[in-house]
Amino acid sequence: MLEVAGIRKTFFAGTPNEVRALQGVDLKIEPGSWVNVIGTNGSGKSTLLNAVAGAFYVDEGRIRLDGIDITRWPEHRRAKLIGRVFQDPFSGTAPTMTIAENLALASRRGQARGLSLALNGSRKGELRDRVAAMGLGLENRLDNPIGTLSGGQRQSLTLLMSALIRPSLLLLDEHTAALDPKSADQVIRLTQQFIERDRLTTLMVTHSMPQAAFLGDRVIMMDRGQVVHDISGAEKKRLRPEDLLSKFEELRRANQLDESAAEMLRTQYV
Amino acid sequence: MTLLIGSLTIGLILSLLAFGILISFRVVAFEDLTVDGSLALGGATAAALIVAEWNPVVATLAGALAGATAGAVTATLHHRFDINRLLAGILVMTALYSVNLRVMGKSNVPLLSHPTVMSYADGLATTLFGHERIVQLSSWEAPGRDIAALLLMFAVAVSTGIVLFLFFRTNLGMAMLAIGDNSRMIRALGVNVGLMTTFALFIGNGLVGLAGALLAQYQGFADVQMGIGMLVWGVASVILGESLVRSKKIGLLITGAVMGSVLFRLLVAIALRWGLNPNDLKLITAVAVFVALVLPKFLSRSSKLVRRPSRA
Repeated sequence: MLEVAGIRKTFFAGTPNEVRALQGVDLKIEPGSWVNVIGTNGSGKSTLLNAVAGAFYVDEGRIRLDGIDITRWPEHRRAKLIGRVFQDPFSGTAPTMTIAENLALASRRGQARGLSLALNGSRKGELRDRVAAMGLGLENRLDNPIGTLSGGQRQSLTLLMSALIRPSLLLLDEHTAALDPKSADQVIRLTQQFIERDRLTTLMVTHSMPQAAFLGDRVIMMDRGQVVHDISGAEKKRLRPEDLLSKFEELRRANQLDESAAEMLRTQYV
Repeated sequence: MTLLIGSLTIGLILSLLAFGILISFRVVAFEDLTVDGSLALGGATAAALIVAEWNPVVATLAGALAGATAGAVTATLHHRFDINRLLAGILVMTALYSVNLRVMGKSNVPLLSHPTVMSYADGLATTLFGHERIVQLSSWEAPGRDIAALLLMFAVAVSTGIVLFLFFRTNLGMAMLAIGDNSRMIRALGVNVGLMTTFALFIGNGLVGLAGALLAQYQGFADVQMGIGMLVWGVASVILGESLVRSKKIGLLITGAVMGSVLFRLLVAIALRWGLNPNDLKLITAVAVFVALVLPKFLSRSSKLVRRPSRA
């Protein structure tokens, strides 16, 4: 279970480039729940994900995972509880190392790494079974460098790596955005398969309205560093991509109104 | 023949230096300039302890440990205090010049009248060749002591290479390998990249210090200047090795580092034999590294130019 309470983050504070990326976000995700995050560019959705992952420390607020306060934990320590897949398919795997070696690295996520052999026969057998279960035919290429695979294959393996040890929280950061439609479909199918099989608590940022509407059991929409819509339960089940698009449109109008109102105030009073 | 055996022996000693460079520059992708200092520190520490009548093996290991500490200091300057990598290395290297003078008490310490690890080579020569000073190798003849020293250094270089290879098959070593390949990924898998890089530089400079300690004992003295140019030398060996093995697999890279180091030393010996002025050696080395770095790119570009018509 993830509990985010009142987190705020300002980048480049006190400079002309100041960005108030998160302005008091509260979010509670029940165990086994799959939450999609949508929002325009700069709305703070990726920043929220990175704040939970520990890429930076928040200025205010607390982050708790499984009841543990991880607000001040460095990124590598949070990895014990959190599995991640990045947007860039090249970010999640080590290209010159083989598929088997990458998986061996992931099979000790967040655990002590000692001087025992990383890959022995039985270990490799287990990893082969996990790869075979994905049905991509990669189990026969375990000794190939991962850099020789396509973006979709690499992203599928990153997904497998993030869930190789069951994470308390799975963070997906637009993990299909950089893929061609066919590979994106495949990765989404695997995502569903992994999440449903292990009942993973998931936070997924996406640009795709169909993904946001049809997958998972809750959608939150962010704008200007805050959560502006939170759709779950029966309403989420009825949700269609068009509904989300109209919410975006509403948001755009509201923002425009704000701006013109502000402009009016400026011209009249300043 | 003595020249050949001498170059091979030094090449093998310096393959430990190449291992160190391989670990810092390639495995964790940290441009570590400590090397010139840590090599001399290894030599200086070992020499000072040998003169103080320590056991030469213990003195050699102490030299390695001293070098390792220097590497850890460089990594700490970078990770704890956010100092640029190159600057951190230069700071430590510069400081080590004074440290080395302090350790030795003077700028040069001769070791010829003390028992060193090369004394074990004498013992080995007696066991192998009896009391013959000169050994016949088919039509060549060479001093038995030199052959024994060569065998001893071969054993050291090969066993170190094997230990390194096995280390990189372990969970710990594999995580270290991943840092240079994709540090973002390995951080997301729970590895403290700063700490692991510090450990890598500790090991790397430990090997460099070991090379310095052995080199001092082989040449019979330690000198405060002995580290100058060693970084470029090691880089040259690693690059030469990479072009020989043409692979990114760590086992082959380790083999390549030994081959590159020995080959490079042989090339230098031949060039000196042909009348190259020793004063020009560092210049030639620098140019050789430049060529080795640029040539592959140039070749691939020209081969593309050749291939283009067939593709069109």
